[in-house]
Amino acid sequence: MTTIFDNEPRTEAATRGDAFGRWIGSHPVWALVIAVAVIFALWLVLAPWPAGLEQVFGKKLIFINALFNGITLGGLYFLVATGFTLIFGLMRNVNLAHGSLYLFGGYMGYEATQWTGSWLFSYVIAFLSCAVVGIAMQFFIFRRMEGQDLRQTLVTLGLSIVFSDLMVWVWGGNAIQIDTPDYLDGPVVTPIVVAVRSSGETVFLYYPAVRLVIFAAAVVIGVGMWLALNRTRVGVMIRAGVDDRDMLSVLGYRVQLLFVAVFAFGAGLAGMAGIVGGTFQSLSLGEDSHFLLASLVVVIVGGMGSIPGAAIGALIIGLSEQIGTVYFQNYSTVLSFLIMVIVLALRPQGLLGRR
Amino acid sequence: MALAETTRQAPLGVGEAQRGGEFGRWVSRHAAILLLGVFMVIFPAIANDFFLRQIAGWTMILGMIALSLMFLGGYGGMVSLAQMTVAGVAGYMIAVLGVSSLPKVSFFWPWWVAAPLAIAIAVAFGTLAGALSARTEGIYTIMITLALATSFFYLTLQNWPIFNGFNGFTTIPAPHFFGVHWGDPVPLYYMILFFAALSYAAVLYVSRSPFGLALQGVRDNPRRMEAIGYNVTAHRIAAYAFAAFIAAIGGILLVWQNNQISPFSVDVGVVINLLIIAVVGGLGHPIGPFIGAFIYVILRTFALDALVAVGLDGRRFQTLIGLGFLIIVLFSPDGVVGLWRRWASRVGASDGRSGR
Repeated sequence: MTTIFDNEPRTEAATRGDAFGRWIGSHPVWALVIAVAVIFALWLVLAPWPAGLEQVFGKKLIFINALFNGITLGGLYFLVATGFTLIFGLMRNVNLAHGSLYLFGGYMGYEATQWTGSWLFSYVIAFLSCAVVGIAMQFFIFRRMEGQDLRQTLVTLGLSIVFSDLMVWVWGGNAIQIDTPDYLDGPVVTPIVVAVRSSGETVFLYYPAVRLVIFAAAVVIGVGMWLALNRTRVGVMIRAGVDDRDMLSVLGYRVQLLFVAVFAFGAGLAGMAGIVGGTFQSLSLGEDSHFLLASLVVVIVGGMGSIPGAAIGALIIGLSEQIGTVYFQNYSTVLSFLIMVIVLALRPQGLLGRR
Repeated sequence: MALAETTRQAPLGVGEAQRGGEFGRWVSRHAAILLLGVFMVIFPAIANDFFLRQIAGWTMILGMIALSLMFLGGYGGMVSLAQMTVAGVAGYMIAVLGVSSLPKVSFFWPWWVAAPLAIAIAVAFGTLAGALSARTEGIYTIMITLALATSFFYLTLQNWPIFNGFNGFTTIPAPHFFGVHWGDPVPLYYMILFFAALSYAAVLYVSRSPFGLALQGVRDNPRRMEAIGYNVTAHRIAAYAFAAFIAAIGGILLVWQNNQISPFSVDVGVVINLLIIAVVGGLGHPIGPFIGAFIYVILRTFALDALVAVGLDGRRFQTLIGLGFLIIVLFSPDGVVGLWRRWASRVGASDGRSGR
């Protein structure tokens, strides 16, 4: 049995590589269009804009800032949504308390930075405290109503109400910001030309270092999770559980333990994302539903239970929100919503989802 | 699906009317609802304006909007969180098309143009929402409709040209026709009562019609219904349209009662409270949402004082609601109606009569 599983990742990767080549072979026109679009996008980002373009779209700095904000916001959304999608994929549990876990993690991280003064250590605290809540939820409640999707969802809803009210009780309704640590404070110079002065001097983009670092961390976490899912034994168990959890438990694996572990991990990720959100933006009443909505839209667009799907969905939604805020102020949420509608109409299971 | 399953037992009193034929038996069968009706009609004679507006008015309006959720959830197996949003669309449209304190945004059309148009727009919105989520099932429906509801909230919050952003609309008057000021407490009460009773009867009637029975078939086994030749998706979308109609009327009444609408009339908390109302009351019978709304309104109005009276923090009202909801979901998935049914059948069995 194990040999089959061990072989699977390699063969899968091999066929995927072939498929890419074949796809280019069979769709030369589309491949060309996509290649031109990619080159154009790179040119938009890297080169200084001609005057005509700036007249239509406004300053390049605004566009580049929106782009960077969108991508880094996508990183944050990915951190939140990936736990959500993992929990859903394995347990069919739509955890509507996921936004509350995000906010709780942020608040715990805030407390930890206040007490210890260490920003990095607060991630550990946030991860652990949310993981404990997640374990308690899975162990005391969801284990008892397995297979009753709707009831589980309603319970998470009830929990989210209680949690958010208790958090208002403890931390109040005012916005709280987590301070950026000194070594990440302030902007860094990026090799991207924003404009050329009349003196011929080029102006480069300055961008907050903390956002870039966090985005890099999100990428590392994403790649790490992909590797863990595709290259380790636990990953094989999780993927098998996503496909057919009854079969997995029949084979003698301890599915309940796996459920608890995945729930803890997903909740912990949401908690860590809370610190990121508290540093990027702020923590306040209502942020839990904002990030619950973001996770919902991200996984609906990307495909339920798929981690690469969550990454793509997070990037799309983050970009559409930021670019929407800059260019269509009154309708920016409609933009994300329209993307969701279009994806649902064309591919109800999401971009990378499976039925 | 546990919630929907309970409704597989025949709704209260189904078939009695056809079978009985004798008036007396029919009356005794429906004694509870008839008594309630009589009580509601004479209620203004014994209650003051506070009870008419804040308790009875709110109960019936929230009950109507929750009824549309109950119809979709109980008979269609589709728990839609977009029903409050449908009501919100109707409410916003009556403010935009009709009269408000904002001459820049509102069209100032008379109510008999604005109200039907607002209902039509809201029904179109609800039907579209249905078409979007009808292809999915169960928890996917919850997710998509929740995403939809939250998006609408953020849209109203951000959009100034149509929805007037954060502030929303104020001083939207109830209409004035047939020489009656319908915004006055007693006329408003009777108008709300009329529409609440009408929508209750309509849901009861539709649930027993061929369409309603087919819808319940779709809920229980969509594949089999498809195989017999029913168009499953069309039935679902039609159910959304019907539910949206009820929710839209509820939304307009909400605005006429409140004289204002803002993004916080349709925020996530309100959307979720509506689901709580429907689930706590019970998705098994159309009276459920009204019972749930009554419990909710009573708690909302008096919980603060009650919590303070027993020495707790009055602001923890939302925790109380959440815990109550959790207890109902954990121990009586079919809500208060389910509790009552079980109690009635136990009493009936000990009396030697069949409970149902």
